[in-house]
Amino acid sequence: MWDYTEKVKDHFLNPRNVGEIEDPDGVGEVGSLACGDALRLFFKLGENKRIKDVKFKTFGCASAIASSSALTEIIKGKTLEEAEKVTNQDIAKYLGGLPEEKMHCSVMGREALQAAIANYRGQEIKKEEFEIICKCFGITDKEIERAIRENDLRTVEQVTYYTKAGGGCAQCHPKIEAIIEKVRKEMEKEAPPPKPEKRKFTNIQKIKLIEETLGREIIPALKADGGDLELIDIDGNKVYVALRGKCSFCPSSEVTLKQYVETKLREFVSEDIQVEEVRP
Amino acid sequence: MKTVYVDNNATTKVAPEVLEAMLPYFSEFYGNPSSMHFFGGQVQKKVNEAREKVANFLGADPSEIVFTSCGTESDNAAILGTLDSYPEKRHLITTRVEHPAIGNVCTYLSRKGYRITELSVDHEGRLDLDELRESVTEETGLVTIMYANNETGVLFPIEEINEIVKEKGIPFHTDAVQAAGKIPLHMKKSKIDMLSISGHKLHAPKGIGVLYIRKGTRFSPYMMGGHQEKGRRGGTENVPYIIGLGKACELAKEHLDDENTRVKALRDYLEEKILAKIPNTLVNGDRVHRLPNTLSVSFEYVEGESILLLLSDLGICASSGSACTSGSLEPSHVLRAMGVPFTAAHGSIRFSLSVYNTKEEMDYIIEHLPPIIQKLRDISPFWKDYLKSQGKR
Repeated sequence: MWDYTEKVKDHFLNPRNVGEIEDPDGVGEVGSLACGDALRLFFKLGENKRIKDVKFKTFGCASAIASSSALTEIIKGKTLEEAEKVTNQDIAKYLGGLPEEKMHCSVMGREALQAAIANYRGQEIKKEEFEIICKCFGITDKEIERAIRENDLRTVEQVTYYTKAGGGCAQCHPKIEAIIEKVRKEMEKEAPPPKPEKRKFTNIQKIKLIEETLGREIIPALKADGGDLELIDIDGNKVYVALRGKCSFCPSSEVTLKQYVETKLREFVSEDIQVEEVRP
Repeated sequence: MKTVYVDNNATTKVAPEVLEAMLPYFSEFYGNPSSMHFFGGQVQKKVNEAREKVANFLGADPSEIVFTSCGTESDNAAILGTLDSYPEKRHLITTRVEHPAIGNVCTYLSRKGYRITELSVDHEGRLDLDELRESVTEETGLVTIMYANNETGVLFPIEEINEIVKEKGIPFHTDAVQAAGKIPLHMKKSKIDMLSISGHKLHAPKGIGVLYIRKGTRFSPYMMGGHQEKGRRGGTENVPYIIGLGKACELAKEHLDDENTRVKALRDYLEEKILAKIPNTLVNGDRVHRLPNTLSVSFEYVEGESILLLLSDLGICASSGSACTSGSLEPSHVLRAMGVPFTAAHGSIRFSLSVYNTKEEMDYIIEHLPPIIQKLRDISPFWKDYLKSQGKR
């Protein structure tokens, strides 16, 4: 059973603003029957161009209905400029949080709102320069990129939870991985992560972090050049590794090790790391 | 709040008689059946009795009964234990609608280089036996096909399938976890080589299963350890649960008639009323060849998780093959394999009854389900679209 908050349950059992508006100023729809959830959003502007009335109809699970209901409550009384700034995080927060697997319901709310605003302004939702990445659910690269940025996503699984992309046949997983890598690089450039303060680790934490760092930062790069690296042992701050593949008979491996692996481990784990190579 | 439990394909209530039979073996009689002393010996006697009861229930010989920890273990052991005995055979035949306890083992084997044939089903969940005939080859090591489907209750013609498979001399296993206790099983009248059952689907507790292995079947133990279960499954016997399962099998045999008359009538009553009261409702699967206790229905234009939670709010416990309930994003693999249209696949609900259900409970569901579906259809954008398309508004 899903761990829904009381607020989600309340908005599911007693959804606010269900219905349609006869002659709406803006209407937006996302999702489909095939996808398993869909939201149709209507709004009418009142004085000072503020949203006076808003209604929705949703096909979907409890969290989809609750997210739609929450969205309507959030945007009521806002100007379109204010409403535009509402993110899926705002919807989730309003509901006291959603299970991560259900975050796509909040994203659906945000997308329907954008579609409705664009409809009001007489714009077609910009459809140029996009590529459908997930064919099962019709999710574009732009949608995936936005979800990664707004929610600080790091894995394909997370992207699936937030956008549904990759939740079907799984054939697009490599493409999603590539998008994550690209976007995260851009994000790092925009705001380099703060240098971690010198932390005190337990041995287990340190070992885990070293393994993670090797797997994420170092081994993929070596593999790209036909090499590989195996973690042999960790003793205090000394990390013993063996080089495999092309690297193992590369005369510059000493340099590879000292400069590359050590720098990375010092950056991500601890300034005091020393790397030693184990030769067979 | 009253609880109406109609999710018996997920798990069942432990029968009071079963619990009572088990209790002394947690406290008073805690001996190890393998011990030489009288204290273990008296327990061994009870384990043997339980084995006889299970064998009697399955129409088998007690020596053919291997106790396991659950249905999943039985399935894993059957597949891996057989293939291990025929290392040269690198092909396995199964279906697209198996339980993950079979399906995920096949995925694993496929990664290990095995060739897996997954037989397809038609829109009523039925197999094409010609496809099976064409798939069997010299290198087929095992055919494993479920007896009854957990989601739809559809029964496969297991004896006919078994004939085809045995003609070619290939081992045959069936996952009978959903069938046991609901339809008669008789191994002496059959040629099935291996059959899995699970205790908690027939009013024994969770944590006990059985793998029936016909005498003379080649089998390598999957769980290696001591000499228990004649070397076919290591590990000290789970005595209280084995005794509980013995009792549950005894009861299941007694209740089999009730299951196929009274429970079946309750299910049919529920089905008939739901179809009469709620428009745009479809029954999933072959309605003739079906378990007597199972009803899978789809309500068009609404989503299953929402239905389940509104039912749950009224104390009604059912389950769904919808995407959202499983945490995956696609409807159940069974409904997809059957090609249930997507207008309906997301709105599937399974009611599965047991001998403990009553007509009053069915009436309670029949009273509360129509307004739930109506409420969700009123929220759903597609319901009004549909009505418009039908010229109803």
